[in-house]
Amino acid sequence: MDRVWVLAESGDNGLTPLTLELLSQARTLASKVEAVAWGTGTASLAATLGEYGASRVYDVGDLGGALPGAPVAAAMAALVAGGERPDAVLLPASYDGRDVAGRLSVKLDRPLLTNVTGLAAHDGSLLTEHLVFGGSKIVHARFTGDGPGIFVVRAKSFAAEPAGAGSAEVVAAPAGDVGATGTAKIVQRHAEEASGPKLDEAAVVVSGGRGLGSAESYALIEELARLLHGAAGASRAIVDAGWVPYSHQVGQTGKTVKPTLYVACGISGATQHLVGMKGSRNIVAVNKDPEAPIFSVADLGIVGDVHKVLPALIEALKSR
Amino acid sequence: MHVVVCVKQIPDPAVPASLRPDTHTLDRSGKLMMDDSDSYGVEMALQLAGNVDGSEVTLVSMAPSGEISGLRTALAMGATNAILVSDDALAGSDALSTAKVLAAAMRRAGPDLVIAATESTDGYTGTLPVQLAELLGMPSVTFAKRVSTDGTTLEVERQTEDGYDEVRCPLPAVVTVTAGVVEPRYPSFKGIMAAKSKPVDVLSLADLGLDASEVGRAGAREEIADVVDAATRGAGEMVVDEGDGAQRIVAFLEQLKVV
Ligand SMILES: Cc1cc2nc3c(=O)[nH]c(=O)nc-3n(C[C@H](O)[C@H](O)[C@H](O)COP(=O)(O)OP(=O)(O)OC[C@H]3O[C@@H](n4cnc5c(N)ncnc54)[C@H](O)[C@@H]3O)c2cc1C
Ligand SMILES: Nc1ncnc2c1ncn2[C@@H]1O[C@H](COP(=O)(O)O)[C@@H](O)[C@H]1O
Repeated sequence: MDRVWVLAESGDNGLTPLTLELLSQARTLASKVEAVAWGTGTASLAATLGEYGASRVYDVGDLGGALPGAPVAAAMAALVAGGERPDAVLLPASYDGRDVAGRLSVKLDRPLLTNVTGLAAHDGSLLTEHLVFGGSKIVHARFTGDGPGIFVVRAKSFAAEPAGAGSAEVVAAPAGDVGATGTAKIVQRHAEEASGPKLDEAAVVVSGGRGLGSAESYALIEELARLLHGAAGASRAIVDAGWVPYSHQVGQTGKTVKPTLYVACGISGATQHLVGMKGSRNIVAVNKDPEAPIFSVADLGIVGDVHKVLPALIEALKSR
Repeated sequence: MHVVVCVKQIPDPAVPASLRPDTHTLDRSGKLMMDDSDSYGVEMALQLAGNVDGSEVTLVSMAPSGEISGLRTALAMGATNAILVSDDALAGSDALSTAKVLAAAMRRAGPDLVIAATESTDGYTGTLPVQLAELLGMPSVTFAKRVSTDGTTLEVERQTEDGYDEVRCPLPAVVTVTAGVVEPRYPSFKGIMAAKSKPVDVLSLADLGLDASEVGRAGAREEIADVVDAATRGAGEMVVDEGDGAQRIVAFLEQLKVV
């Protein structure tokens, strides 16, 4: 494969970990890796993009507050129409990444493959891997039509490794007029206070579920996470119930985590939860129901009440 | 304001899903029901329509075999009418083809606001609503956790990595809602009775002016190579807490050198 594009997403701390994962994997697939970025800081990302293997970055530039989906997809489609033609486009399975992918698929009239957790060259095409049925089965898929194939990849599918190359060349790639599709504008951003490591980067994740019984009991999860220098996660049940913000959710519709240690407290272990944490190196589960499916993936399962086990555990850790 | 809601009809998620051995696609041969994820969209549509005089709520679905039981559920919740696209040629459609079909159906309805779920329970590609927006030439706001509109402008709180953004756009627009945005109502007995006589337009591909070659398996341009078992993760040790559960965990953490 000659050329692969990676949608490079960045935040306050530079390129997102998932972007670095995609760049690293793209290097193994193609001789030339190029990135597409937007915002006012692309020039400052060029060094890191280069370090992870991108020889060039197309800079869509400042979006003036517009959501990225429409303008960034339009800029990419314009590049393709102008003769720059990648064999594949890798996009992060993030809020904005999915928006760009959907719009790009229509603009290029190409299908897309989402929830990709593996990607390898095979007989001249790319073979994807998708986990289905709670991760119990793996589906391999591929495109059969003309490229470029569009792949939306989940976090933690690949390891991020720098290649040590020089800075990427920055090439301006403005979106042009996208008409009505570009009229969704951000008028105000709200960031939640966050302390400790990020959920998808933490070495230890302690998650709570409906078994906690009440929103107040989530304090046990936060306390335990703090003592273990980890991050606090949650099942969707308690996110939907409004006990904790969505940013804590682990699973199919939340974050994929692969920490050294995952502690599941009062979580049943539905397939949609398992698929987001099964890759953890070690799993401890506390649940009062010995039949709970979470025990089928736990290295250590404690059949007990979270309201007894967690306070005792917190005390024991504090007194060390 | 004309609100159009996507309603996917899916096999009962409580019944373990299976893949058809011939095509490796999900077996959808049984009875279908409204995807729970879309019940939030239906509820949201009813609430938003209720705030703007002269509004109506139309449901749009693509499903095999003329299936309408999921649509009846949403009609019983209070939607005005429904459009179902059903055609044998649609079997095996991917997200892009499905979006093309739904877009064609929506053009007939002339929506001011299109509501879909962030992702479906059985397919969860999560890209279809944005593809739909692009096909319809509309702005889109995905991952909404709060939505309001006066019939002209849409205001959304959109989830982000570390909080939310306040996003605004003019109508017509597409918005996708997450679970938990609103509490879906249960259909009342009166609603269920009324739903029986609400209009459901059943359309074929020909009715929409679409060609069978662009949709279904023919239009998918992607294939499943194979399906294999994932490596299983063996269960480890299980201990019933007799007051020593916490100590067992501490010992395990010590072994891992986490503490
Ligand atoms: C499309 C779709 C996507 C989804 N995505 C996700 C996702 O990303 N992440 C996710 O987590 N879920 C997801 N779900 C939801 C998932 O199916 C489950 O409903 C959810 O994970 C259940 O959360 P829970 O384990 O906290 O609650 P429950 O299933 O209610 O389990 C609570 C557990 O707590 C135990 N318990 C109760 N009291 C105590 C006590 N005092 N001490 C110890 N244990 C106790 C019970 O035995 C039980 O096992 C999704 C569902 C759908 C349909
Ligand atoms: N066949 C369909 N009929 C109606 N709506 C659909 C259909 N497929 C997908 N949708 C809508 O698009 C959302 C995202 O679907 P998906 O791309 O499958 O995750 C769903 O939750 C529905 O709201």
